Amino acid sequence: MAVNVASEWLNACSGCEISILNTGEALLDLLAQLNFVHIPALVDHKYYGQLGDGTTLEIPEATVGIVSGGVRNTEHQHVLEELRKKVKILIALGSCACFGGVPAQANMYKPEEVWDKVFRGCISTEPAPNPENPNLPKWTTTCQALDEVTKVDISIPGCPPHPDWIADAILALLAGKTSWSLPERSVCDSCPVIREKKSGGGSIKRMLANAEFNPDEGLDKMRCLNEQGIFCMGPVTLDGCCGKAGVPRCVQARTPCRGCFGPIRKGSKPMVDMMGALTSVGLDPKTLVDRRAIMNRYIGAHGYLNVVPARPVR
Amino acid sequence: MGKVINIQPITRIEGHGKIVIRLDDAGNVADTKVHVQALRGFEQFCVGRPVEEMPRIVCHICGICPWAHHLASSKAGDGCFGVTPPPAAVKLRRLMQSIAYVGDRILHFYFLAAPDFVIGPDADYSVRNVVGIVQAAPDIARQVVKMRQQATTMLEHFAGRAIHPTFSLPGGVSKPMTEAERKEMIPLANELLEFSKFSMKFAKDNVFPKYLDAIKTLGVIEVGYIGTVREDGTHDFYDGKLRLMKPDGSYDDFSYEQYTDYIGEWVEPWSYQKFPYAKKWGKLNLSLDHPTGVYRANCLARINVVDRMATPLAQKELEEFRAAFGRPAHLTLLYHYARLIELLQSAETMVELLNDPEITSRDIRAKVEPKAGRGVGCIEAPRGTLIHDYTCDEQGLITNVNLIVGTTHNNAAICLSVDQAAKLCIKEGKYDQGTLNRVEMAIRAYDP
Repeated sequence: MAVNVASEWLNACSGCEISILNTGEALLDLLAQLNFVHIPALVDHKYYGQLGDGTTLEIPEATVGIVSGGVRNTEHQHVLEELRKKVKILIALGSCACFGGVPAQANMYKPEEVWDKVFRGCISTEPAPNPENPNLPKWTTTCQALDEVTKVDISIPGCPPHPDWIADAILALLAGKTSWSLPERSVCDSCPVIREKKSGGGSIKRMLANAEFNPDEGLDKMRCLNEQGIFCMGPVTLDGCCGKAGVPRCVQARTPCRGCFGPIRKGSKPMVDMMGALTSVGLDPKTLVDRRAIMNRYIGAHGYLNVVPARPVR
Repeated sequence: MGKVINIQPITRIEGHGKIVIRLDDAGNVADTKVHVQALRGFEQFCVGRPVEEMPRIVCHICGICPWAHHLASSKAGDGCFGVTPPPAAVKLRRLMQSIAYVGDRILHFYFLAAPDFVIGPDADYSVRNVVGIVQAAPDIARQVVKMRQQATTMLEHFAGRAIHPTFSLPGGVSKPMTEAERKEMIPLANELLEFSKFSMKFAKDNVFPKYLDAIKTLGVIEVGYIGTVREDGTHDFYDGKLRLMKPDGSYDDFSYEQYTDYIGEWVEPWSYQKFPYAKKWGKLNLSLDHPTGVYRANCLARINVVDRMATPLAQKELEEFRAAFGRPAHLTLLYHYARLIELLQSAETMVELLNDPEITSRDIRAKVEPKAGRGVGCIEAPRGTLIHDYTCDEQGLITNVNLIVGTTHNNAAICLSVDQAAKLCIKEGKYDQGTLNRVEMAIRAYDP
């Protein structure tokens, strides 16, 4: 028997949905077990009836609800609350839904600053008042994660989440389980690079030059990026970006992690922990450029990022 | 006051929107609006960020075309720091872009657009979708999924991430390609090229002829077009100059930095999405009878502005297309046709680049020093021309950002096409869910 699924995207980029489609041939077997009653990316079910004459926003009942994107406006709130009412298990899919994601970088600014810039401060735009219309939902004060608005049962983090975990979580639900989570390990646990627990010391390098490595050799022959003096969020980031096998995705490109899977456990303080990790290899955390924004790139909801009057400290 | 029809959410597109159609007392369309409801504010929250971090921040603008934003941003970063990436870095950037394009075009044609054509525009919504496609054509569906996975795997094995990449940076790319990696990719690329050829033929034999009537009735708007061409007018996804073509086919060519002389953005009170328009053609006018300033982007636009395609098979298809529909071709549903011609070019380009010995050069990143500067980076994304315009201070931190992205160029044209489709399809209060889906098909053609 297929399980009914209702899915939505809120303040999102659609990368999570593309990641679902990237499950490959396993997708076809998975699709056979799921019955999507609502998913705007793929199916034409409408909020106000198929003839557009309804007066209230409706989403059909389903066993599982999957939501990507954070909450940025009143309509996102409304859709999320309606969906919560109609589903038994709610899955927050991706780092925007779990932690606010990159769009929550906006939490460093007052909403009016953002609007001022977009509609009156862009070089090619003819300055105009903010658009206002009954069909345009108002912004909420901040960009929020789903669990700041409603109860979330399962979180699948990642930007995007690895298709392995999406399939794994859904198969667990199909098998009758009601919870699912990734093991609490750090990205370093699946990273094969050489670690000697010390760096050359001094200032943290920006990615203005590439890491040092021999392209003909594997990652297991490359020195840890933090130990090369290049800022990498691996030590404080939840492991899993490479799926069930493989190496961390960013490191595969010989580039550092920026924390897209979020903190290793709920309530931890990645910024504090990361400062400790940098200090422990002899680097000076104060030399990290644009520290606050970079350390909270994917987790700006939950009050991790907020408005400070002056320009971010370098 | 007549009835109001709310089509929300607009489905099988990659954004958030709502169509509101107001009927007059006789049941005919009085007014149609497409309200774009999303606003995230990248222009503001990128201020203060280091230039070299930008390619891995702005890719999050779009999860379907992250590579395009990633590369436009890298090019803007090249400009800010005044560096020219080594030839092999440019080839690797182009290669990644081509692979991403192939995956994207396959996705849109088969999963998002095909349900209207293969299952039919009037079919019930519960089957008019990808699951319906899987049931109606299981062998093709399996092949589509496999081919998409193949493109994804090629990107991931080499560059780590298929979605939201980190590979390209100001000055070049993060790693070279080894001979072993090149050899591993060639057969995969050849297979994707074969599938691209199959898709073109499949569409021409089985899909387009059946819907030629719909193609001809679902909307002709005579507006302008924008796209990137090389110095000699050849189609190019990665680099060149911008060409803005008038509805009559005459055009202006200009460099990236001159974009503000040619393109302005207008704000309407009923949409969060701005309305770019061609400044030199007069004030923006969104009336269906006399639109002015309106131009379109994305594949049909590119196919119209270019003098020729960059690869032989795509060029042959362009010649056939032009013989049938002329230049510029104004039929909205021809976007689907143009998209497949571009699929072919991307696949051919991918194979060509992989057979270029220089692609394995170890010289892949120019020396980069932070300095104050400005860079305008443009890329042809699947959904249209991206313009990333950055200014930075002497430490290489962003002080100003302006972004005009693919679908935004099409905002005015989408509004016109939807209005036109609504007026054509809804008469004297008669409509059903199939009719309303036809209105949405006008928007889906743009793959917004």
